Amino acid sequence: MVTETRPPGTSSGPEPVTARRPSRSPLRSAQRRAGWILVLPAALALSLVTIVPIGYGFYLSLTSYNPVERGGPRFHGLDGYLAVLQSGEFWHAIWITVQYASGTLILAVPAALALALLVNGRFPGVALFRAVLYLPRVVPLVAVSMIWLWLYSHDGLFNYLLDLVGLPPVDFLTDEDTALPSLIAMRAWKALGGSMIIFLAGLQAVPASLLEAAAVDGCGRWRTLRHVILPLLVPITTYVVVVDLIYLAQSFSEIYVLTSGGPLSSTTVLNMLIYNEAFEHYRLGNASAMAFLLFCLIFGLAYLSIRSMARGGRR
Amino acid sequence: MSARTARAGTGRRRALLTGVVTLLVAMPFVWMVSLAFKPKTEVFSYPPKLLPDQPTLDNFAYVWNSTNIPGAMANSLVVATLTVAGNCIAATAAGYALARIDFRGSRLLFTTVLGSAMVPSIVQLIPLFLIVKGFPLAGGNDLFGQGGSGLLDSHAGLVLPMLVQPLNIYLARQYFLDMPGELAEAGRLDGAGELRIFWQIYLPLARPIVATIAILSFTGAWEDFLWPLVAVSSPEMQTLPLALSSFAGSGVTQYGPLMAGTFIAIVPVLVIFVAGQRHFVQGLGAGGVKG
Repeated sequence: MVTETRPPGTSSGPEPVTARRPSRSPLRSAQRRAGWILVLPAALALSLVTIVPIGYGFYLSLTSYNPVERGGPRFHGLDGYLAVLQSGEFWHAIWITVQYASGTLILAVPAALALALLVNGRFPGVALFRAVLYLPRVVPLVAVSMIWLWLYSHDGLFNYLLDLVGLPPVDFLTDEDTALPSLIAMRAWKALGGSMIIFLAGLQAVPASLLEAAAVDGCGRWRTLRHVILPLLVPITTYVVVVDLIYLAQSFSEIYVLTSGGPLSSTTVLNMLIYNEAFEHYRLGNASAMAFLLFCLIFGLAYLSIRSMARGGRR
Repeated sequence: MSARTARAGTGRRRALLTGVVTLLVAMPFVWMVSLAFKPKTEVFSYPPKLLPDQPTLDNFAYVWNSTNIPGAMANSLVVATLTVAGNCIAATAAGYALARIDFRGSRLLFTTVLGSAMVPSIVQLIPLFLIVKGFPLAGGNDLFGQGGSGLLDSHAGLVLPMLVQPLNIYLARQYFLDMPGELAEAGRLDGAGELRIFWQIYLPLARPIVATIAILSFTGAWEDFLWPLVAVSSPEMQTLPLALSSFAGSGVTQYGPLMAGTFIAIVPVLVIFVAGQRHFVQGLGAGGVKG
């Protein structure tokens, strides 16, 4: 199609005349070749580390495979999935994952919205405040975990604050009742900044004319927020929630580092369970089946997120 | 006049309120810095004090001399640099080809890229471990990948899964899609080959997206934990997050050196964040989708 737009007889250079004759095929095949050359390195790498592993993993999920015992994967069809679906461990891990993800969102999303409202304006220092509030998002999760390890420790900040108000110390990370909420609080803190920036972008897209109209109609600040701004933020909130949910459903490193899934598996999320199943107990077939079940869960969430994004874009 | 001063007054009040809130949110960082510079005797002093009485660099010296954190930092730098290179070159090139060149199979390739971006990493983890372990002719393996440990416990093995990331291909493609096609036609008129059109015309104009990809891949590689945990067995090959977590988990936690190490782990990200802030925000919408 490109060749047709070129006026005929414009070839000025001496040698490329033949190459630039307005016939379709040479250019097309040159393009095709270039396309493949440019795509090839990425295609090779992706097939080795993504495509093949997905297929291989699916095969493994249909087998029972323990590399410590000699003799390769043994095919047993859907037995592995049935075994996983019937195990209490699996459903317990799902339940912990759901609590972890939803708990984090319930804390983080309203707080992020509040922060976004706070820094949506022009006043001295606002750029610095935004940057600092965003900071936890870019800091590696393990580094964040190390800081909170101290905050939660016996002589750490939180126990000091409890002591100040006259309460007894709490073993935040080693008590069965407080370990999960403690992880949730940390993760919500980590998630604040990213969601805040997305909300901020949403707030800045609210048309000024609407706010003026609301002011003319005598809406107070609260009513403007409640009836004008928040309804406009619904699509972006859906986006934040669903994307974070997909991400949180795969939490692992902070949990491995701070509690290793304990105490008494009270913080064993699904990824933690899969890791243990595969690399502590060497049940690679079962672990793969669990991974694919998690995949189904997340795929459903991804589907929702794309739909909500499409709706947000149409607005 | 009075209205303006009133507005300046509320502006100042709002700045003050926001400042207090920001400080509260940033508290964990403040304490990290404080502990990193505290001498041993003050780390466990009660009540904990925000400012060290006698600030010291002892913790950093300890981290430097008596832990594997410096070596882990070097490993992390190697892995992150290779990851950045791989993604900036291969993912950008692929993104360009998928956006601007019409060749057979490009549709299917793009669908595959999009689809694989959605697969949670845990699904690939176990097969990837077996593939890397069975990599032919590496780490004592024979041609059939038997007998040795393959690419496990090596830089190559650490980098491999991150070398080209679907999300970056997607980002590059979207960027090149928005660029005008007339540039390529002008190039063809001047007799430039397809590869030269990419290299000399489009790529220089795509610097912002290359920067975004570089930042996303660096921070991603820098904080990656699960794959190194699985792929590394010797302390010498540990990356920074691994080294930090094993230092924290060995015996009684020494919070002074631990916070110094954490501080060191945060600095490079901080530098990149300050230098490339607008690229951060640019890649953010898509970066959030990453699993």
